[in-house]
Amino acid sequence: MVSLLKNRGWIIGFIAAGVLFPFVLPNAYFLHILTLAFIWMIAVYGLNLLAGYTGYLSLAHAGFFAVGAYGLGLLTVKTGMNYWLALILACLITSAVGLVVGLVALRTREHFFAIYTLCVGYIIYLIIDKWDSLTGGVRGLIGIPEPSNIGPISFQTPISQYYLIFAFLLFTILVMYRIVHSLTGRTFIAIRNSEDLARTLGISTMKNKLMVFVLSAFFAGLAGALYASFIRFIGPDIGYITIIFDLLTYLLVGGIGTLAGPIVGTFLIVALSQSLQFLQDYRMLIFGPLLTLLIIFYPRGIAGAYHDWRLKRKSAQRTRPQKEQEYFETEESEKQVKEG
Amino acid sequence: MLMETKKLTKQFGGLTAVNDVDFTIEKGKINAIIGPNGAGKSTFFNLLSGTYTPSAGQVFYKGQDITKRPPDKIARLGVARTFQTTHLFEESTVLDNVIVGHRLRTSSNLWDAVFRTRRFKFEEKKCRDKAMEVLEFVELTHVMDEQAGSITQEEKKRVAFALALATDPEVVFLDEPTAGINPGETEGLASLMEKMVQRGITVCLIEHKMKMIMKLADKIMVLNYGEKIAEGTSEEIMNNQAVIEAYLGGGASA
Ligand SMILES: Nc1ncnc2c1ncn2[C@@H]1O[C@H](COP(=O)(O)OP(=O)(O)OP(=O)(O)O)[C@@H](O)[C@H]1O
Ligand SMILES: [Mg+2]
Repeated sequence: MVSLLKNRGWIIGFIAAGVLFPFVLPNAYFLHILTLAFIWMIAVYGLNLLAGYTGYLSLAHAGFFAVGAYGLGLLTVKTGMNYWLALILACLITSAVGLVVGLVALRTREHFFAIYTLCVGYIIYLIIDKWDSLTGGVRGLIGIPEPSNIGPISFQTPISQYYLIFAFLLFTILVMYRIVHSLTGRTFIAIRNSEDLARTLGISTMKNKLMVFVLSAFFAGLAGALYASFIRFIGPDIGYITIIFDLLTYLLVGGIGTLAGPIVGTFLIVALSQSLQFLQDYRMLIFGPLLTLLIIFYPRGIAGAYHDWRLKRKSAQRTRPQKEQEYFETEESEKQVKEG
Repeated sequence: MLMETKKLTKQFGGLTAVNDVDFTIEKGKINAIIGPNGAGKSTFFNLLSGTYTPSAGQVFYKGQDITKRPPDKIARLGVARTFQTTHLFEESTVLDNVIVGHRLRTSSNLWDAVFRTRRFKFEEKKCRDKAMEVLEFVELTHVMDEQAGSITQEEKKRVAFALALATDPEVVFLDEPTAGINPGETEGLASLMEKMVQRGITVCLIEHKMKMIMKLADKIMVLNYGEKIAEGTSEEIMNNQAVIEAYLGGGASA
């Protein structure tokens, strides 16, 4: 209960910060960067559910992001479909692609899974790049409309788009929070912990993994579709592998398998890379070592480190008598009994 | 008779880990499997729980052929197990580790989770209550809120028991439940197994601690190089020539 209230505090603080930001810092450039960061956060949340909570590190998610973006772009530009309908369809198309990819990919594990999904992501990029007649190839797709009005609310201004995308981010966080804090979420975590154990606990691992994979593709697709209508121009490079490495960096820095991780990591890296822009690509000389150190010392990122620190403090307050531990000695004597 | 194997065999490439084993698990009893290292005991468990599929032979549960069923289906029938090495989720609390054990008796899905339906609330509570109940049974309520990584080895073994019990099993397979803990704690776990049997749960365990097993088990099977070399009560096993030779001869462990 206490932790729920504490969580509430964080969430209310985050919402307040998001709502007030445009008033506190009325700067068009910052607003643009932050809106983009929100979009990345949605995609990172999708990735987190799969890689963080279920233990399957997918490298296909830049591909899914691009499928969502091109789905929305093509439906609105080429067929003139209503924006909201196109948005829903784009997410569903991405989910369907996720389903097909997942059916094959989830038969592999660990590095094989990573390599397989990396290939899928690259193939999606290649298809977009080469299928000139549909996607426009390297020239990209231009003239993607902004979100159409909902009743009296229009999304023509950057501020209204900012709030729209912020609302989608909050929706994503709500869904993630509820999934993670449910039996369904516990099931995913059990799979990450040990698939063999999960199966002997009666959990159908394939069904659950497939569900997460599709869900996580859905959110990557949603982020892509929002990106397309925010930037209003897309090229094949949004499906390129550098994007998935960006998303992974955000997730790892923030904290893989934590609810705050995607926000913390994305915000921090985006802010840092903005403030180090004068260094151009030499930024990586700073990022690389920083990231390596972080992963070595805090494998669960900033949010994970904070979580552990709080737990430690809590259990330090509630010390209990430690039992004597003589395992090694007894194991020795047991062996002698066994062999003798 | 609750479970039965007929000519159960498992080959790994050229190695026959379990060879032609006929075995019955008596309902409401403590059944034990002993044998030297590498004798095929864990493999035998893996065949019964569906983790491995047999190369030949059959497994029956209450007369039903379950040879080809996947482990999650077998678990739902009422067959639970622990592993030789415990896989607890160390960063979670003990209680959180055990709650998921009752998942197989619930049906709430993603929809229920996102929309917090009535079924969601009911089943969340049901799993939590079940976890509390089994933690009480294994006498761990005092460490319920500790991180699983911070409790003692013996307590971890008890958490593994609790997790298995949370599935509402009829039979529990325990793979070396007392490995690596001291004699006093071993007795505690032994009486816990007896308590399970009193509750009507059938127990089947693998064990190396001879003294304990001779006292505890109603029925013992001895495996050596994948083959059953003896089966019977403690006295029968202790006086069996083949068993004495297998153990004195060093067995497969050498
Ligand atoms: N997945 C596997 N692949 C190949 N060989 C295996 C596999 N599992 C077990 N084996 C082999 O089968 C034999 C029996 O192993 P098993 O783990 O069943 O023995 P055990 O009786 O449980 O031994 P211990 O007392 O050491 O736990 C061993 O020789 C082992 O190397
Ligand atoms: Mg073993």
